[in-house]
Amino acid sequence: MAARLAVSRWRAAPAAAGRGPLLSCRRWSGAKADTLYDVVVSGGGLVGTAMACALGHDIHFSDKKILLLEAGPKKVWEKLPETYSNRVSSISPGSATLLSSFGAWDHICNMRYRAFRRMQVWDACSEALIMFDKDNLDDMGYIVENDVIMRALTKQLEAVSDRVTVLYRSRAVGYTWPYPFTMADSSPWVHITLGDGSTLQTKLLIGADGHNSGVRQAAGIQNVSWSYDQSAVVATLHLSEATENNVAWQRFLPSGPIALLPLSDTLSSLVWSTSHEHAAELVGMDEEKFVDTVNSAFWSDANHTDLIDAAGSLLQSAVAFLKPTKVSARQMPPSVARVDAKSRVLFPLGLGHAAEYVRPRLALIGDAAHRVHPLAGQGVNMGFGDVSSLVRHLSAAAFNGKDLGSMSHLTGYETDRQRHNTALLAATDLLKRLYSTRAAPLVLLRTWGLQATNAVSPLKEQIIAFASK
Amino acid sequence: MSFSIYSENQFSWTPQTNPWVFSEYSMMWFKSYRITFACLSRMKIYRYPWTRLYGTSQTTVDSSEIKTFVALAHRWWDEQGVYAPLHSMNDLRVPFIRDNLLKTVAHHQPGKPLSGMKILDVGCGGGLLTEPLGRLGASVIGIDPVDENIKTAQHHKSFDPVLEKRIEYRACSLEEIVEETAETFDAVVASEVIEHVIDLETFIQCCYQVLKFGGSLFITTVNKTQLSYALGIVFSEQIAGIVPKGTHTWEKFVSPEKLESILESNGLSVHTVAGMLYNPFSGYWHWSENTSLNYAAHAVKSMRQEPPVPAGFVFTGKTEELHDKDSINPGVQEELKK
Repeated sequence: MAARLAVSRWRAAPAAAGRGPLLSCRRWSGAKADTLYDVVVSGGGLVGTAMACALGHDIHFSDKKILLLEAGPKKVWEKLPETYSNRVSSISPGSATLLSSFGAWDHICNMRYRAFRRMQVWDACSEALIMFDKDNLDDMGYIVENDVIMRALTKQLEAVSDRVTVLYRSRAVGYTWPYPFTMADSSPWVHITLGDGSTLQTKLLIGADGHNSGVRQAAGIQNVSWSYDQSAVVATLHLSEATENNVAWQRFLPSGPIALLPLSDTLSSLVWSTSHEHAAELVGMDEEKFVDTVNSAFWSDANHTDLIDAAGSLLQSAVAFLKPTKVSARQMPPSVARVDAKSRVLFPLGLGHAAEYVRPRLALIGDAAHRVHPLAGQGVNMGFGDVSSLVRHLSAAAFNGKDLGSMSHLTGYETDRQRHNTALLAATDLLKRLYSTRAAPLVLLRTWGLQATNAVSPLKEQIIAFASK
Repeated sequence: MSFSIYSENQFSWTPQTNPWVFSEYSMMWFKSYRITFACLSRMKIYRYPWTRLYGTSQTTVDSSEIKTFVALAHRWWDEQGVYAPLHSMNDLRVPFIRDNLLKTVAHHQPGKPLSGMKILDVGCGGGLLTEPLGRLGASVIGIDPVDENIKTAQHHKSFDPVLEKRIEYRACSLEEIVEETAETFDAVVASEVIEHVIDLETFIQCCYQVLKFGGSLFITTVNKTQLSYALGIVFSEQIAGIVPKGTHTWEKFVSPEKLESILESNGLSVHTVAGMLYNPFSGYWHWSENTSLNYAAHAVKSMRQEPPVPAGFVFTGKTEELHDKDSINPGVQEELKK
């Protein structure tokens, strides 16, 4: 991993960039024979591929050259596999709009996805719950397998292969950053050296290479990060009986949130964030025991205490008195019968946020810029939001004939997204910490808080609107 | 070789840019302004040639000034530097040019909306406006009388193969190319130039001649008002020292009414005049109803007529000076060089 990021020489440039020391390595007078791309997207995950696709389909990028670098091999799909994949994402309506803007959503609709209309979030330590739904029962979001999204994006990418080139099995091993303004004979472009020794130049490098972003590290951008003492366990579950299954369920256990996301009438996807030891235990235990554990996590009231129950019902009757028409009885999620063999996987969780999203000729999107806990289902949506915003700024810049790597519009993107992402990151982290405890005062606080929020519809609508962007 | 002296080197309204940039740049900024002061005071001699009206020297470019321009030349392309307001002015002037030109065509290629158009950028400086127009697909010729500016512009475009093909730079004045490029351009752009031109009438006539019938002339400049005196001269030059003393002469600022009358009397019908305002705190320009500081104008060559005064002719004596509507300027300065 370190070798991948190795750069030959480091030299702190003067603070002329105005953004702190810009670590740079060898600048050469420009091997002008290198292909010069307008945009290079480093990282072919969901967000990186969406970025390349969106730019490729943008009308103002019709005569531009775009490159997507992906370290992994090209995935070849014959047809949609019968079994559902265990990695799924909750796609917000805003992200769905982005995907349909370049035609990928149609492919997803032709494959498979599940819309959900309600979301119930409740506490394990009390009766408090919050129920989200849209007034007109519109789709609140969509549960789509990551593989299906990738397949749709790749198809749309192939449709614009005259503008977008994809290099698989290509890993960048070195970057050379330009000076802030032209100096005699130094190339103003970003130079990228690939693993096979070839080099390329680009006017704008977009880093979409995940939370351990090599681009971000090579640029020397500070990253605020910590790991949660939690891992997430994912699995595909078979329900006991077929139901309408258009509700997303999440229960906050003291050890971490457990969520059940609908995949089909009989299948749901599990995302259970818990301590590392417990997660390992869950993945290792036999299937029957696992199913029982999941069911009891959703159904058991073992964590309730009398004090909290009394306090909770006190507020609940007050709310009922003030708003007699609103009835929010706790509903129970469907019970689980089986788990798909070999579908249990765990991965560690953490938080991360880059101090800067942009540098001259560099922009970070997706997990390279921010990494979040899955409890709010926002990770990939924030990434798609980054794509939306950056494409909008770049498209306007291209139509104005601007240099694509110019800070003037890149800072516009950064401001736009940092405002949104910082708020969401802070809120998610706060919720995670608030719900990780059994201490009575905090449980009381969050119980009353949740009940109060549930009672105030405009507030809930605001939350839904913010998360749907 | 004949020419008239003007330069696009200094922009009209150059207040301090973003404070945060200022703090980072304080050292370099002050240094560059010391250089700017020094070289611009020497530029004065170059730009106001009536001080050499009776001089015997035929050289128009002072070799010692060339050296000082080297220090400034690379500053053209520093987007947070001395020329930051000119860079951000592109956000207004490029769409202004692009949209008005697109109105004249039925279809345009997506990605290259201005392809097929030939544009002349007069007083292009380091190519700040030339390059965006080139990126939009036009074939652009950028001219500037200052060699160093052309060198900087050439150097900057040399890294981009697309721009290298579409843009051509020449170190010359407008008069020098009028004959060979008569009626060849779809558009002529003179941005932040006419406030430095000595004879506006001749300049406009030359623009007329190089334009095709129906071609567009785009001008951005500073108005001649009390406000522009207060802010553009007194504040910028004398109080804040942002613009070196003597860079601008208020008398050479052109009001939109005067510009319109010159344009109309030379066969160019004025389509748009719009005010521009610079916000020194945000560093961005905005369109405005108010034209009392900066403004942009768009005129179209709409009358086929005999060109009133062919450029390049020799005239002697002071009779031509009386012609000039500008009361103070001594008139066109033309020197024939063999």
